[in-house]
Amino acid sequence: MPELGELVSKVRSKNAGPFWLTVDVFCDDAIVFERVKAGLKDEVVARLFGVDRQLLKRFDIPSLNVIKFSVPRPVVQGTGADRDMHGAGWGSLLEELQIE
Amino acid sequence: MTRVLIPTGALGLGYDRAALALGIAGRPDIIAVDGGSTDSGPSYLGRGVSKYSRASIKAEWRELMQARATAGVPLVIGTAGTCGADSAVEWLLDITREIAIEEGMQAKVATLRSGQPKARIKAAMANGRLRALSAAPEISDQIIDDCTNIVALAGTEQIAAALATGADIIIAGRTTDTAIIAALPITRGDHAGAAWHGAKVGECGALATTHPNSGVIQIDFDATGFTVEPMAPEASATPYTVSAHMLYENADPFILYEPGGHLDVTHAGYSALDTRRVRVEGSTWVPGRYTVKLEGARVVGHQAVGLAIIRDRRYVENIREWAADVKTKVTQKIIERMGLSSDQFTVELRLIGVDATLGGLENRKETLVEVGVLGILTCPTAEQASEAAKILNPYLLHHPLSEDEPMPTFAFPFSPAEMQRGELHEFCLNHVMELDDPMSAFVLEVHEVGHA
Repeated sequence: MPELGELVSKVRSKNAGPFWLTVDVFCDDAIVFERVKAGLKDEVVARLFGVDRQLLKRFDIPSLNVIKFSVPRPVVQGTGADRDMHGAGWGSLLEELQIE
Repeated sequence: MTRVLIPTGALGLGYDRAALALGIAGRPDIIAVDGGSTDSGPSYLGRGVSKYSRASIKAEWRELMQARATAGVPLVIGTAGTCGADSAVEWLLDITREIAIEEGMQAKVATLRSGQPKARIKAAMANGRLRALSAAPEISDQIIDDCTNIVALAGTEQIAAALATGADIIIAGRTTDTAIIAALPITRGDHAGAAWHGAKVGECGALATTHPNSGVIQIDFDATGFTVEPMAPEASATPYTVSAHMLYENADPFILYEPGGHLDVTHAGYSALDTRRVRVEGSTWVPGRYTVKLEGARVVGHQAVGLAIIRDRRYVENIREWAADVKTKVTQKIIERMGLSSDQFTVELRLIGVDATLGGLENRKETLVEVGVLGILTCPTAEQASEAAKILNPYLLHHPLSEDEPMPTFAFPFSPAEMQRGELHEFCLNHVMELDDPMSAFVLEVHEVGHA
């Protein structure tokens, strides 16, 4: 099974304010979009980010061929335990996820 | 119709000068630029300072003041000095005064202060006029008292009030990123949904185009929608680049909350006018209660750090065990020698090359050549943090994996090895405050700058 990053054009991870994190998965076309949409399970993504599945927000956006996930940051931005001020590194977890 | 020229996503980031000149030649009605964000963390708000160098801000602000004088229209900056605290507004006002004198300019400057007295926030909390947003931290009177700065995010009403003074230049404290762009179109009666949506598209400058670094973007607002055009000739706005921008740094790509309501772009339609310009119609503004979002930061400790680089193969292979042992011993020694209790300080060793970015969420295990060990000491005072880092120092340099082996020595990049990081701040508000009068939490003043 390929990794998500091998299928899509970009995975972008950013803060959405200090308390939320958002990860955008950009697919090149509708075929990849449909495959990734089906392959990304909410419970798997929630576990990857270490958050309760109920708190995971997901947007499948066919007009952009984008799948977007937003989660409350498990660690608030800039607190002593935060490792990644801009939320830049979290996308790697999704990028390296194997997709059917 | 209202034409808004946006030179860059943030003052200090730079822009294409030729594109700015083209934008000025296009006779904008206003020049609007963002000056900040929470994205670089709580320290800037906590200290009330800019993250960009004064020299960079002065160089770019000088060019924008000159462009404004040429165009003869208002220049407005929101969230001045990264954080939009009152001290940051004062900082940019000082820079503005210097430039005006150096350039022989005269200008009327309006300042809009967003700083909030603690009593106002505590009263709002007591009166049920403070509402927690999702994922908000717990707050109390004590936490509010601990804040070094609290700001409220102004909307279009406060920017419109500043424009109504007839000011040439408006230096606003914390505002929403969109308010400085949406204010004039809304005041003139352009489509409200279009005003907020176009403002969101434009707030990062040319980020919503094929050439983000060119910076300069122009947005025309009218009665039914808005039109986006990047000013650099090589840059294009496409329905994709424009619609995809709603994703950026937004938890929800369709809804954007603002003072006094929210923007809904679910039914927006994006069409290419030609290869470079995009027309957008169909976004809606849904009025609601008048609230302003609050941001606050407080000091929660002082930090010092030390860094060692481990290249010895056996230590690299056993780095977790080594780091756990160093942490245990250093923690014990800080308690014994400095008299701190274990709940007053933290010792953290982040293993760069292993899991320093993701911590417990990291799921890759690779063979490593070397590991950076970043020791982070957080204590109640700067002196204690420095002392604790000095207690860590010999362990980072020489700590052996076992008792019966020759003393190892690891690579230190610096002397002295410990580095003061200063105060550790935390964001401690993610709340909105209800207002009856939008101006009641903001202070508008007018100043004359330059030679009379």
